[in-house]
Amino acid sequence: MRSFLLAIGLLLGLAGPALAATPADRTLRIGLREDPDILDPTLSGSYVGRIVFAGMCDKLFDYDTKLDIVPQLATGYTYKDPTHLILHLRPGVLFQDGEKFNAAAVKYTLTRDLTMVRSLRKGQINDIKSIEVINPLTVELVLKAPDAALLAQLAGRPGIMLAPDVAAKEGKDFGLHPVCAGPFRFVKRIPEQKIVLERFKRYWDAKAIHFDKVEYIPIVNSAVRLANLQAGALDLVEYIVPTDVPAVEKDPKLRIAMDTSLGYNGITFNVGNGPESKTPIGEHARLRRAFALAIDRKALIHVVYDGLYTPIAQANPPSSQFYVPSVQPPARDIKKAKALVAATGVKTPIKVTLMVPNSPDLLQAAQVIQAMEQPAGFDVKIQAMEFASSLAAARSGHFQAYMIGWSGRADADGNMYSFLHSGYGFNYGHYDDPKVDALLDAARRAPTVAARRAIYARLWGIVAKDMPVIYLWSPKNIVGLKKTLLGFRQVPDGIIRLQGMRFAK
Amino acid sequence: MSAAVGPIAAPAPISPFRLGLRRFRRHRTGMVGLALVLGFIAVAALAPLLAPYSPIAASWDAIRLAPSLAHPMGTDEIGRDELSRVIWGARASLAAGVLSVLMAAAIGVPAGLVAGFAGGWVDAILSRIVDAMLAIPFLILAIALAAFLGPNLRNAMIAIGVTSAPGFMRVARAATLDTMTFDFIEAARALGNPPWRIALRHVAPNITAPVLVQATLSIATAIIAEASLSFLGLGEQPPFPSWGSMLNAAQQFLTQAPWLAIFPGIAIFLVVLGFNLMGDGLRDVLDTRRRG
Amino acid sequence: MQGPIGARLVQLVPTIFLVSIIVFALQQLMPGDPAVLLAGESAGNPHVVAQIRDQLLLNRPLWVQYLHWIDGVLHGNLGYSWRLSEPVSELIAQKLPVTVQLSVMAFLFAVVIGVPAGVVSAVKQGTAWDWAANAIGLSGLSIPNFWLGIVLILVVSVDLGWLPPSGYVSLARDPLRSIETTIMPAFVLGNAIAAILMRHTRSAMLQALAQDYVRTARAKGLSETRVVLRHALRNALIPVVTLGGLQLGLLLSGAVLTEQVFDIPGLGKLVVDSVFNRDYPVIQGVVLVTALLYVLINLVTDVLYAVINPRLRGG
Repeated sequence: MRSFLLAIGLLLGLAGPALAATPADRTLRIGLREDPDILDPTLSGSYVGRIVFAGMCDKLFDYDTKLDIVPQLATGYTYKDPTHLILHLRPGVLFQDGEKFNAAAVKYTLTRDLTMVRSLRKGQINDIKSIEVINPLTVELVLKAPDAALLAQLAGRPGIMLAPDVAAKEGKDFGLHPVCAGPFRFVKRIPEQKIVLERFKRYWDAKAIHFDKVEYIPIVNSAVRLANLQAGALDLVEYIVPTDVPAVEKDPKLRIAMDTSLGYNGITFNVGNGPESKTPIGEHARLRRAFALAIDRKALIHVVYDGLYTPIAQANPPSSQFYVPSVQPPARDIKKAKALVAATGVKTPIKVTLMVPNSPDLLQAAQVIQAMEQPAGFDVKIQAMEFASSLAAARSGHFQAYMIGWSGRADADGNMYSFLHSGYGFNYGHYDDPKVDALLDAARRAPTVAARRAIYARLWGIVAKDMPVIYLWSPKNIVGLKKTLLGFRQVPDGIIRLQGMRFAK
Repeated sequence: MSAAVGPIAAPAPISPFRLGLRRFRRHRTGMVGLALVLGFIAVAALAPLLAPYSPIAASWDAIRLAPSLAHPMGTDEIGRDELSRVIWGARASLAAGVLSVLMAAAIGVPAGLVAGFAGGWVDAILSRIVDAMLAIPFLILAIALAAFLGPNLRNAMIAIGVTSAPGFMRVARAATLDTMTFDFIEAARALGNPPWRIALRHVAPNITAPVLVQATLSIATAIIAEASLSFLGLGEQPPFPSWGSMLNAAQQFLTQAPWLAIFPGIAIFLVVLGFNLMGDGLRDVLDTRRRG
Repeated sequence: MQGPIGARLVQLVPTIFLVSIIVFALQQLMPGDPAVLLAGESAGNPHVVAQIRDQLLLNRPLWVQYLHWIDGVLHGNLGYSWRLSEPVSELIAQKLPVTVQLSVMAFLFAVVIGVPAGVVSAVKQGTAWDWAANAIGLSGLSIPNFWLGIVLILVVSVDLGWLPPSGYVSLARDPLRSIETTIMPAFVLGNAIAAILMRHTRSAMLQALAQDYVRTARAKGLSETRVVLRHALRNALIPVVTLGGLQLGLLLSGAVLTEQVFDIPGLGKLVVDSVFNRDYPVIQGVVLVTALLYVLINLVTDVLYAVINPRLRGG
């Protein structure tokens, strides 16, 4: 007993010097929502991986806060014709091993993306037929067909340039110690613990960099992530859950930076993937429309996300150039929903199984929807599943309705094509409409943003009728950071750019 | 009191078990445990009468209210009465505890009996399997099983049952080996009883006591295991409450609504405490070896 | 339980072999396509997924996959993590020390709390001390680990700000910070073991105090403290020590949830994350290693027991 008290005393005694967490050197500590997968830009598939790449690897192009494409390693581009893209490269750029960045490096990297076994980039830049080195600072990309989304891809992971000598030597192990042309170079990684980068002194834009070291620390539990920020062990957390926002705002040392994201969450119905699509909800578009009408998106967002997220009825958020303003989520209308149900002649209550990955907020949202659907005549059964299992069930067609989100891309194609086009992997319900397929393909070839937006407007008309997906909300990027951290620029893609950020003196 | 309650030649003795139960009534902490357990069973059985509200009726303008007179334990993340959910949650947790342990015993005890009684290669094989299962971290085994079977309460119970079976097998095997050294087994053999008859009529009754003790203690572990699985999202399906899944949901609101984590945690604590106290009591009065 | 150590070591072989088969079978049973998870944000492209499946041998028959893996293991190669591309052996080498540190600290907590509490409650049997020690012991057994972890983070870190809420600093880098980051999880992990140790110490002490040699010692006029500490405790500790060994084996696996709650990057967190990411080589490797540790610790404990316990040697 006495020793128990002693142990507690010990605990208290040790507590004294606990958190003098401000280090002498200028180290920036960033909290991530999960541990990234492999740090090889060609093989990486995770969202948070992109955040780490932003510290290490510059891309040909980047996005500014308005999502306009701006030069980074490329200084500009010209389309000779719709299938010939000329890239002008920035002179005087070095990779972190001292290699020169030039046209050959671009050719090497894009070729690696296109040919490496297990490359996840292949599908993104598949339209590139060949890469020609015109001179050391000029590259020509020859395309199989016009591709409106290509520049956007070069502002994403395929645009990350790798040090060719290192990449050639390391092969598939490149991701264990990547070398790029970004502001910080890779020092070490302890999986699930941290990724450490240090300043690359010969970075081409070195004057924009004000830290000596950057550490990325994955913490899955949102409450623990917040606690670390509050305790001063982190300087910036890339994602704060909406219900934690008041806690951060109350803290005199912290602030919230909030902006629209590119992603969305919705419910995908199984309309054609195997025998489990042969349910009333899978077979009757009118039932799916009734299902959608019974949902009050505002109330749902109020309950689950403190009202912070944005209700939507399309895959692109209001911040996107491709957002179609006339497509607005309808107000909840139980009477109309009931009429639609009655018109199908299906006997109520209609059983619908809603599969949900077991993250707490999605489960909460599912339960709210469950309650909302009851008066419309739907008996919703929630099937919570561990994420990997739910993905497997979705792809193999073992579901009726699947609540799932998407991190989002700046270019609308990345939010729509693989999800609505027949035969693509994110089209879990095997929605198959030739008109929609044709519109998606046409949008890829359309020359201007306005032209593409017009095509998407027609597409949303069809989707609203067939309702293979109910789009519910677009999340916000909610970053929590120390007030002493200055110069943070928030881009809707959620990626943390370190250029221009610094600690107050 | 002498330890040798084992009868000498009588085939169907007054079970040591009855005797023990009589003693149990005088065991103070054991009775406290029993009272706690019975209390929670009553709560689970009478949930519809006891719960002031529906455990699944959401109210969107009453989310995460602090405890008050109207809601003694507050309301949860979608405005359901926390007290009502704790009361209904007793069903899932008790079912998980009791049914999974019944299943574990149903697999483990016969296996242990056979291993102990048959010996030789049968014993060797069964024992290696048990060793292997015990060597794999329990939660990994349970997570994999629950993921495979599909996450819901019944499958969580199966996963817990399967993974707790080796414990029962070990206890039953040890008790069987113990019993086999008694004279009356020799006597029964000499009388020409077939082995299966000896196993069932003579050995089985004598391993009841340690198995029962193992059972009560395992129920306690199983309830926590169900909570752990729910905590990882592999238990009872929403909107129906189990204490573990309530804790899982509460995790997100630790700072804003700590009561969501406190009350289900206390409920788990009390019921597990009850089973532990009961198990201790039973061990004190039944476990002859330890009374030596 | 006794018998020559060699025979016991031989028995380990089929056990570990069975473990490997069970683990392999289990992960095949788990739904979820590793290739889809690896593709992540690129899983929308069916060709990408198909190619990954191909490369990971996922299209080959199960027995081929198993033989491929076992062949590697027998040659000392546990394979590569699919998600991180790091060698599994390296991952384990990174994580094992963390879990061992956590387990050892938890065990120290357990001994420091459990044994004295057991002694006190036995010596002062029937008093408020006894009752209090019992209450602590039972609560240790009855409080779910992860719940205690959550509450501790809430109170000690968030409200009081005394200790870092999570994370880990390695012992080699900064011993003090390292202890700060592991003290709460170690306490959480150790308190259940403390309860078990306390109960066993108590009953062993009660038995020892009733023995003749203790009575003799008392009759010789030795002080009560001396009797308790020199004579009774020494004998009572024999079963406790061996039991402790057993618990240490369990600790390794018990760390799974605690590491999850406190975000401690140990073996437990590694294996749970690998399950959720379907990183088969890592699951297989970690389970194989922990199983081996578990059976080895068991073996050592059994041997120790036979060595320490004179009664067993006689019988």
